[in-house]
Amino acid sequence: MPALFGARGYPPALEWIARRAEAFVIPLVALIVGMALFSLFILAVGKSPILLYETMWRGGFGSWFSVQNSLSRAAPLLLAALCVALPARLGLVVIGGEGAIVLGGVGAAAIGVALSGAPSFVVILAMGVAGMAAGGIWIGAVGALRHYRAVNETISSLLMAYIAIALMNQLVEGPLRDPASLNKPSTQPLADIYRIGNIPGMDVHWGLVVGVVACILSWVLIEKTRWGFAARIAGGNVRAAQVQGLAVGPLIVGFTALAGGFAGLAGMLEVAAVQGSANASLAAGYGYTGILVAFLARHNPLAIIPVAILLGGIDASGGLIQRRLDLPDATVLVLQGMIFIVILFSETFYGRFKAFNPDLWKRPDLARGAA
Amino acid sequence: MSERKAVGVETIGMTMRFGGFTALDAVSVKVPAGSFHALLGENGAGKSTLVKCMMGFYHPTSGDMLVDGREVKIASPKDASALGLGMVYQHFTLVPSLTGAENLVISREKVPGIIDWRKERGDLGVFMERMPFKLPLDVKVAELAAGEKQKLEIIKQLYLGRSFLVLDEPTSVLTPGEAQEVLGLVRDMTKAGDLTVLMISHKFHEVTAFADDVSVLRKGKLTGTGRVADLDHKAMAAMMIGDQPIAALDSRAAPKPDAEIVLKVKSLKAPDRTGLKSIRIEDLGVRSGEIVGIAGISGNGQKEFLEVLAGQRPRDAGEVLVRGSAYAATRAEARALHVRLIPEEPLKNACAPKMTVAENISFRTFDIDGNGRPISWISAGAIRAFSARLVEQFKVKTASLSSPIASLSGGNVQRAVLARELTGEVDLLIVSNPCFGLDFSAVAEIRARIMKARNAGAAVLLMSEDLDELLELSDRIFVMSDGALVYETPIAQASVQTIGEHMAGHH
Repeated sequence: MPALFGARGYPPALEWIARRAEAFVIPLVALIVGMALFSLFILAVGKSPILLYETMWRGGFGSWFSVQNSLSRAAPLLLAALCVALPARLGLVVIGGEGAIVLGGVGAAAIGVALSGAPSFVVILAMGVAGMAAGGIWIGAVGALRHYRAVNETISSLLMAYIAIALMNQLVEGPLRDPASLNKPSTQPLADIYRIGNIPGMDVHWGLVVGVVACILSWVLIEKTRWGFAARIAGGNVRAAQVQGLAVGPLIVGFTALAGGFAGLAGMLEVAAVQGSANASLAAGYGYTGILVAFLARHNPLAIIPVAILLGGIDASGGLIQRRLDLPDATVLVLQGMIFIVILFSETFYGRFKAFNPDLWKRPDLARGAA
Repeated sequence: MSERKAVGVETIGMTMRFGGFTALDAVSVKVPAGSFHALLGENGAGKSTLVKCMMGFYHPTSGDMLVDGREVKIASPKDASALGLGMVYQHFTLVPSLTGAENLVISREKVPGIIDWRKERGDLGVFMERMPFKLPLDVKVAELAAGEKQKLEIIKQLYLGRSFLVLDEPTSVLTPGEAQEVLGLVRDMTKAGDLTVLMISHKFHEVTAFADDVSVLRKGKLTGTGRVADLDHKAMAAMMIGDQPIAALDSRAAPKPDAEIVLKVKSLKAPDRTGLKSIRIEDLGVRSGEIVGIAGISGNGQKEFLEVLAGQRPRDAGEVLVRGSAYAATRAEARALHVRLIPEEPLKNACAPKMTVAENISFRTFDIDGNGRPISWISAGAIRAFSARLVEQFKVKTASLSSPIASLSGGNVQRAVLARELTGEVDLLIVSNPCFGLDFSAVAEIRARIMKARNAGAAVLLMSEDLDELLELSDRIFVMSDGALVYETPIAQASVQTIGEHMAGHH
């Protein structure tokens, strides 16, 4: 054994850190490069990038008020990012979380109104289940189409998001419309006892806690359970999973349904904690920002937590940037887009750096020989 | 297309380093004009690096190239082409949906914007007159047999005016008959002084039969060179592998003709990958303690048959029985009936390349505890301990258990997969091309492991494109051609000639 292990003469802890540092350092550098490119864009429109980033910091994290604002925006991002990250571990690129959010919100609102009069914990629980079920069926269908009918999941999830938004518009303007909502068609408002309140001492609703717990549970599922292990095999090489007799179809449908369920839960939280009813505001783009969060986090559910807070902060600073620098608040979307492009580009750098690969530190005779 | 006589090529002190790794260490090889030179060596010995340096794909760290005695600088494949140097790859590079003529014309360096096909066909007719072998050029390449495709690849090089050809394992996709024919034709052209050939090969009998000279590489160094006539197989093997020990095959335990039939396939019908044809296995039984080999040229339904047995391909009709019970390759069935499977190209078909060595070795066992009961929670410690034991037992060379399995050499990936599949009770072992692309010592060891499993009572179904491997290991050999088992012979009566003819579909 000593001929094989620890022979390089480095402490195992250092190797452990080196192997994991790659997934941390590369996205971080990509983030910085993306911000640098965005500076050029800001210079091109005649503003100061330094002032912009300072404003962004102040708007996102500069005061207790702005931190709370950022955390509130991070809550749905956590769940929306899981909708991308879980299927990604199975090798699927699902980008239609927005649809699951919207339907989750409508489903939750409908149940909340229908159960009006029941005890509040029953109603809130039922709303959560309804939101998860609506989102889960939606994205689970994407997984099923993928596995059983070979439909590309990226395209189908995106198209189904448009269908979901159309469906929501149809419902809130038709059967579920509150006649009192004149300018903005909405479902009937939830009674206050059915609303989800704030975490004590903060101006941030409980959705943040739900999101963080969902991320932790997802991490445990993937890293510590047999189903997660099987999913990683199938995501790593579906042919190998089949040879091992693993039930790839149920795995894919199960994981995509759970992913959609989390997005649906984000929709439910938007209704129960923020909007008070389901309306077009549900399609606020959290599903799309969630894609960026998941990619920045390398689809690691634990890494999603800080990344979602960071992106929540960038989101939150849009208003201040608009007022201070006289730039449209869509400016932050340009930044997000640039970061995303650089992140996708940075995928090509994995495995290129010796520092992250202890196998190459010494004993080149054991490493794979070129030729 | 100019008439060009064969050119001679020589490398002097060719050295190629990749970072700290020396792939080629001062290799000097001389291939005189009009000779047939063989280049032998194990995987990773530096054969492809050498020819890639010659062809301008790599820029050697140091060393010189002479063409017809003059020093030349080859900065790119274009330069090599201008000097008349060309290469035929192991796998076909023709466009299957185009005809031979179209393939030839579009392969030219300068193709006119508008092609005058009448004129081109006329020119091609004149060109083919001068060729030693005839080929239908107006048929789509997809419809040609493998031997014809390989001939077309060679014709393409000649059409492009090349007179020095590197052939990279040119017969690996051909039947023994086709291989004989193609190499014989090439041999005649070198004798006539029209062509110089440098052939990369693994097969000693080809080298002996066709080559004039041979050069042998090991670990990037030239370890021997000489006239083929002066060397026997043993001498060449010694140059290739040096003094490393080779695992001996277990002596074959006496076959038991009345042993239990473990695998039974009856009237199986399944679609092939085109969906247009189907594979049909009328009746196949594999007994405990025997190796049944299936020979055939790649693409005759072996892959599909394996996929059916692995549960990756639905079947239209028929039965697959393991020890009498229906088998659909679910995890539970495979576990209960002790079925193990080693598909070809293990990294592509049996591993998750980015997962660690330890995780890959645990694919069969991660979801059960020591007593075989299902568990929900993965134990990283148990996975590590289990795989550490197997890595040691099967001599898998890996930098660490946490390395991604893709970082291992091909032989070690296969060792890891064997460790996983051969540990525990094995009643049925299904193997496909287990030694494809592996080096000598790995091949010997892997064949020994398979024989050992047979001797321990496993029923082994071995599909292989390597006839030598089948003859060495099998108790019985079937030939698969056009989706069906067309011929069966016990090993004692097996003849390469007859098997080759059935592979080619001549019966």
